[in-house]
Amino acid sequence: MSTARSIVRTNKEATQITNVSRRGFLGAAGGLLLGFVLPEPKMEAQQIGTPPPNLFAPPPTGKPNAYIHIGTDDSITFWITKSEMGQGPTTACSQMLAEELECDWSKVRMQIAPVDPASFGHQTTVGSQAIRTTWEPLRRAGAEAREMLIQAAAQKWGVDKGQCRAENGFVINTATNARLSYGTLTEAASKLPVPQNVALKDPKQFKIIGKPLKKLDTRDKVLGKAVFGMDVRREGMLYAVMEQCPVFGGKAVSFDASKAKTVPGVKNVVMTSRGVAVIADSTWSAMQGRKLLSVQWDEGAGANVSSASIRQMFVQRASEKGAAARKEGDVAAGLAKAAKKLIAVYESPYLSHAPMEPMNCTVHAMGDRAEAWVPTQSPTTSRAVIAQALGLAPEKVDLHVTAIGGGFGRRGEGELDWILGAAEVAKQVQGPLKLVYSREDDMQHDYYRPASYVEFEGGIDAQGWPSVLQAKIACPSFAFIRDGVDGTAVTGLANLPYEMPDILVDWRVANTVVPVSYWRAPGVSQNAYFLECFFDELCALNGKDPVEARRHLIQKTPRLLNVLNIAAEKAGWGKKLPTGHFQGVAIGFNAGSYVAQVAEISLVKGKVKVHRVVCAFDCGIVINPGILKQQIEGGIIFGLSAAAKGEITIERGRVVQSNFNNYDVTRIDEAPRMETYIVESNERPSGAGEATNPTILPAVVNAIFAATKKPVRKLPLRAANLA
Amino acid sequence: MAMIKFNVNGKAQSVDAVPEMPLLWVLRDVLGMTGTKFGCGAGLCGACTVHLDGNAVRSCQTQVSRVAGKSVTTIEGLSTDGSHPVQAAWIELDVPQCGYCQAGQMMQAASLLTKNSKPADSDIDEVMRGNICRCGTYQDIRRAIHRAAEIKANGGRA
Repeated sequence: MSTARSIVRTNKEATQITNVSRRGFLGAAGGLLLGFVLPEPKMEAQQIGTPPPNLFAPPPTGKPNAYIHIGTDDSITFWITKSEMGQGPTTACSQMLAEELECDWSKVRMQIAPVDPASFGHQTTVGSQAIRTTWEPLRRAGAEAREMLIQAAAQKWGVDKGQCRAENGFVINTATNARLSYGTLTEAASKLPVPQNVALKDPKQFKIIGKPLKKLDTRDKVLGKAVFGMDVRREGMLYAVMEQCPVFGGKAVSFDASKAKTVPGVKNVVMTSRGVAVIADSTWSAMQGRKLLSVQWDEGAGANVSSASIRQMFVQRASEKGAAARKEGDVAAGLAKAAKKLIAVYESPYLSHAPMEPMNCTVHAMGDRAEAWVPTQSPTTSRAVIAQALGLAPEKVDLHVTAIGGGFGRRGEGELDWILGAAEVAKQVQGPLKLVYSREDDMQHDYYRPASYVEFEGGIDAQGWPSVLQAKIACPSFAFIRDGVDGTAVTGLANLPYEMPDILVDWRVANTVVPVSYWRAPGVSQNAYFLECFFDELCALNGKDPVEARRHLIQKTPRLLNVLNIAAEKAGWGKKLPTGHFQGVAIGFNAGSYVAQVAEISLVKGKVKVHRVVCAFDCGIVINPGILKQQIEGGIIFGLSAAAKGEITIERGRVVQSNFNNYDVTRIDEAPRMETYIVESNERPSGAGEATNPTILPAVVNAIFAATKKPVRKLPLRAANLA
Repeated sequence: MAMIKFNVNGKAQSVDAVPEMPLLWVLRDVLGMTGTKFGCGAGLCGACTVHLDGNAVRSCQTQVSRVAGKSVTTIEGLSTDGSHPVQAAWIELDVPQCGYCQAGQMMQAASLLTKNSKPADSDIDEVMRGNICRCGTYQDIRRAIHRAAEIKANGGRA
């Protein structure tokens, strides 16, 4: 690889952009290829008691990890390192780049980057971070590329570059109106140094940012042409399904495959560290063979665990000393002087991710190298898992990220059991091998949203305002514990927005044999329910209006106050509702964004019907309002599934639920009318994908509380007595 | 194993398959048509919906032997260019998020519109409640079905 020209800026705060046009890199023939630096995840503990932390930072190496290519044919190719699960980063990130590049949007081609840490850094798509971490560097890269093209045109025309401007993929000589397309300028531009200190546009000048442009991948999805991991087909490919120990922590000891092998199409049955795999010439044949498989399990100690024993352990742990995650004033003194007090226990269950595309992974092990096709949120870690299983160096595994049928955290950093399983089976097969989880496998061998248990004690002051709150949390740890606290597990409570003199949120670990991991809005997805519903209970002690009480206690958080006011006004809070209808409100500071929701419900024979949800949302500058609205509405539907129905229970170490018949989710006839109000803002963008699913739970539950005057302290609502 | 003949998207197909194999897996693994999706394998999610002689069916619950001599339409055959009113509306309103369930959603919606040219929200809810979308595109799906009905009433023109 020659490095004919390579200019790297050293200013650490700014994007470092590198001209790599002459390297023949990424198969780019000719044209202008620029490399630049995007923040990468810092996989470490989060700060406690602060707003959702920025887990991403510029990589220490300062080497480029993102690339844009402008072809001699005017094409614009952006290699995106984010995984597309329908949340729209491929489109939105391209918009940010294209805005400053002043290119023709119709010429923008998005390319999912190959997994190559040397070129692309650590690739992962988690934490609603795709836009907020790339906002600055993507625009800067676009601006600097644009300036190089303008400079190249100015040189061609022999004029000062101040006389030239860029528009829609052309550089225009403002004196003569002569035009040169970007494609004709790439060669000359590739020989130029990267300019310094290019000014970024004022948001008022935005032409592409803020537009509801169609997602770049919609057409293929509508035509049935998008290739999800499940759809990967390779010459000579075999299919596998895997019988895993039904008990968490158990292992296969031996198996008898004699009957399984009589099924037409079944080729072999093999052992892996994850279970026993049946390999066949079709998915169906593999599934049929599996039914006849006999496996001897060592179930291990997990077989004694049940939802009841887990709850008992939570209760025990909650009685023990915890580590403080948030401490203001003195809760003992606050409780002693409170006008009225309340003690309440809140609980939420384990939840499955249940994306529509069950887990699957295709691996072709070829001795000294391998190729893999994976619907993954975390390509770099996925590649490492495959490489380790096959005894290869990571760079010997060529991994392709496919279209992804829903992630919600299941396909992110973590155990990546399904990828490991596929690699271990593929190692024992000639040719490509696709491992497919059935829906039952997906649901019973998930890494679940942790169940959680909170003991609250709170009180109100003489005027009736909530003034003191203590929350003792006991739940499993997601991953990292620092100073006794898992920052993720307490998010949503530790950073509660209310200005109360006395607050104590503490946490104690309560791990179980049930595997857990990140689930859309980790921590917040249960803590928002706990906090916001207990808050309404405190308000009710002296008949305070829930909206009024929130207003009173968030005066120093104007953006939160603003969305609350918008949601209350648009929902007609306090106005007359249809007979039998009730409203509930909840607010949140989730994924760096401000959200307020008002849910309107009625109860019919003890069942809740959600009629209408009004959501006001402030995530700073909006890149694509169409995608944003979909994330807001999608989050509400996702949260409604959890509020109304979602519950994974454990008996004898096994998950009881198996498919959508006993783990049902929100259906279209249960989807409320949703009205979204997005705040116009010049603040830098924040997250959306995980911002609205936590808040809908307490909005709905508070509406039920308004209707029945009885709090619902345990979810799902399906199991609650709402009469 | 048996030779089973049927028609897929206007083309005669002859497959050598176990008669009990669901149409879903015949389409996906034998014929290589992966637009029809596997979601639950139990007729609970609707991701595998196709048309059998014009009626929406769950292909994961339809044994291939039952398809002999009949006509199957999949998402690949609804139209090849996105011109079917349902696909046109889905593109216009940018409905898909992850997109995995959308083939089933569109096949179910297309079937609805052949029986009810101007469905109300309640008609849509009743017919579409068997199709799960975890991304939560339901509000957009309702809008898109109304829009598809308009396009269809307009002779297929958007």
